[in-house]
Amino acid sequence: MSHQVLNCGYVPLVDCAPLIIAKELGFAAEEGLDLNLVRQPSWSALRDMLALGHLDAAQMLSPMPVAMSLGMGGLTAQIDCLMILSVNGTVFGASNALAAELGPLRFGDARAILTALGARGPVRIGVPFPYSMHRLLLSYWTATQPDLNAEIVTVPPTRMADAVSQGHVDAFWVGEPWGSAIVQRGVGKILMAGRDVWAFAPEKVLAARHEWVAQNPQATRKLMRAIYHAAKWLDADSNRPLAIEILGRSEHLNLAHEVIDPAVTGYLTPAPGARPLQINNFLIFHAYAAQFPWRSQAAWIAAQLGARDADIKTAMQCFRSDLYRDNLGPLGAELPGASERIEGAMHEATEVPGSRGPMILARDAFFDGTTFDFTQKSDQ
Amino acid sequence: MTRDLRILVVEADPEKAQNIIDALSEAGWQVVHAIAQVSGLERSIKEHDPDIVLIDMENPDRDTLEHISAVSDTKSRTVAMFVDQTDHDLTQAAMAAGVSAYVVDGLQMNRIKPVLETAIARFQVMRKMRSELDAAKQALEDRKTIDRAKGILMRQRGMSEDAAYKLLRKTAMDQGRRVIDVAHALVTAADLLT
Repeated sequence: MSHQVLNCGYVPLVDCAPLIIAKELGFAAEEGLDLNLVRQPSWSALRDMLALGHLDAAQMLSPMPVAMSLGMGGLTAQIDCLMILSVNGTVFGASNALAAELGPLRFGDARAILTALGARGPVRIGVPFPYSMHRLLLSYWTATQPDLNAEIVTVPPTRMADAVSQGHVDAFWVGEPWGSAIVQRGVGKILMAGRDVWAFAPEKVLAARHEWVAQNPQATRKLMRAIYHAAKWLDADSNRPLAIEILGRSEHLNLAHEVIDPAVTGYLTPAPGARPLQINNFLIFHAYAAQFPWRSQAAWIAAQLGARDADIKTAMQCFRSDLYRDNLGPLGAELPGASERIEGAMHEATEVPGSRGPMILARDAFFDGTTFDFTQKSDQ
Repeated sequence: MTRDLRILVVEADPEKAQNIIDALSEAGWQVVHAIAQVSGLERSIKEHDPDIVLIDMENPDRDTLEHISAVSDTKSRTVAMFVDQTDHDLTQAAMAAGVSAYVVDGLQMNRIKPVLETAIARFQVMRKMRSELDAAKQALEDRKTIDRAKGILMRQRGMSEDAAYKLLRKTAMDQGRRVIDVAHALVTAADLLT
């Protein structure tokens, strides 16, 4: 039987794992899809390829579909987020010189790190892309410290270690494996994980053109099902050693086992020679309904990008919780009662009523305790 | 036609950069500069004050250029990615050739288009040359491997060169593989056994 070929763009980072697993372990083939993974040299190239129809679907930074749909930055196109590919998984760190100036800090203490940075004078901080969760979290976090003079610059993740070692940036916010790569090269230290600023931040998403989704409901459903199964497989603790093995061998990633390991196991080495720390919920693929695209997540992203109320409503529509319910409900996916929630309200994992009985949502608090209620902005 | 635009080419490979500069100069644009690294791009943009920036689509530094254009302050001129919504073919051609252009705000279409067309043509030539070179290199590598495999069969089984090649070809056909794959397997196995 010939399978339907589906071209899916990605950038080689550890958190593209659901795509690689869907292909390598045959979850895509089971759905009748020949998933063709097309490596992209940059986020802007991936964006152009998807928008101009050279790709059917793509892994994207979670703010990208919102930014593109609202006409911000580069190319305007109506892009849908079909589901979340990964939650959390980024790190913030400093060059050796800056880390020494900041003095001893408890790992993950977002407030203390910010206070120390504020006392220091201007800092240049590298992020991978302007429309990234890294940049939004960094802006959100640093905005609470008026003394801090931070200049945010874009550095491709593969060049981040060079930028740190050459003094082009003093600090970095980057996805794995590039944070661990900086530590392994001995040029910088990891001070906290992204989850220390927002405990449940949608990081990468599965995206497609709105028009393509409307015209290809079957292919959309098959792709979503394959990714759902792949992420579920990835989140089982017993599968993690095998996952690292598969990702390490994969031609799609071309990364060494030892740099893939920290993100997948959640054991991060913060500084050269230091003892690895276990980071709870460092990177989530499936647990706590992580794949569910909450419309309130889209609203938070839009609000951080400076969107007006009307645009926030538009942004909420590109996170397709409706498709998630229709396509993955029949597989037994956990479905929350509503598609919006108050972001930042969970200070610990909490049992909530779902469409098919109680479900557990993870802690999603912000470091400063702020909550965001966008429910009145939606029509539902 | 006025060809007094300032053009900046971002390209790490000096030979390639020169190639693009030559193509543009031949076509009449005189103020063309090239830089290799984007780490100093902000400074370069202030210094050269370009009307158009050209960059290879394969270059990961494009994301940095994107950011600079997104946040450039009001004093300097805004440079945005060039997308012509009215000329879909031109945008597609640029993408197929692997070149992206960033242009200064307000620059007229009839001044951008010839630059982009010249760049697209040169990128196409370079891309074709590269893929031809890669194909030639690969063919040479494959021939060496097949020669080694033939040599192994000739020594071990006392065959003629012709018979050795026929055996490789028959094995490949029987197994539904390519001759080069069978030759590779034989060479690898022989290396392990010696």
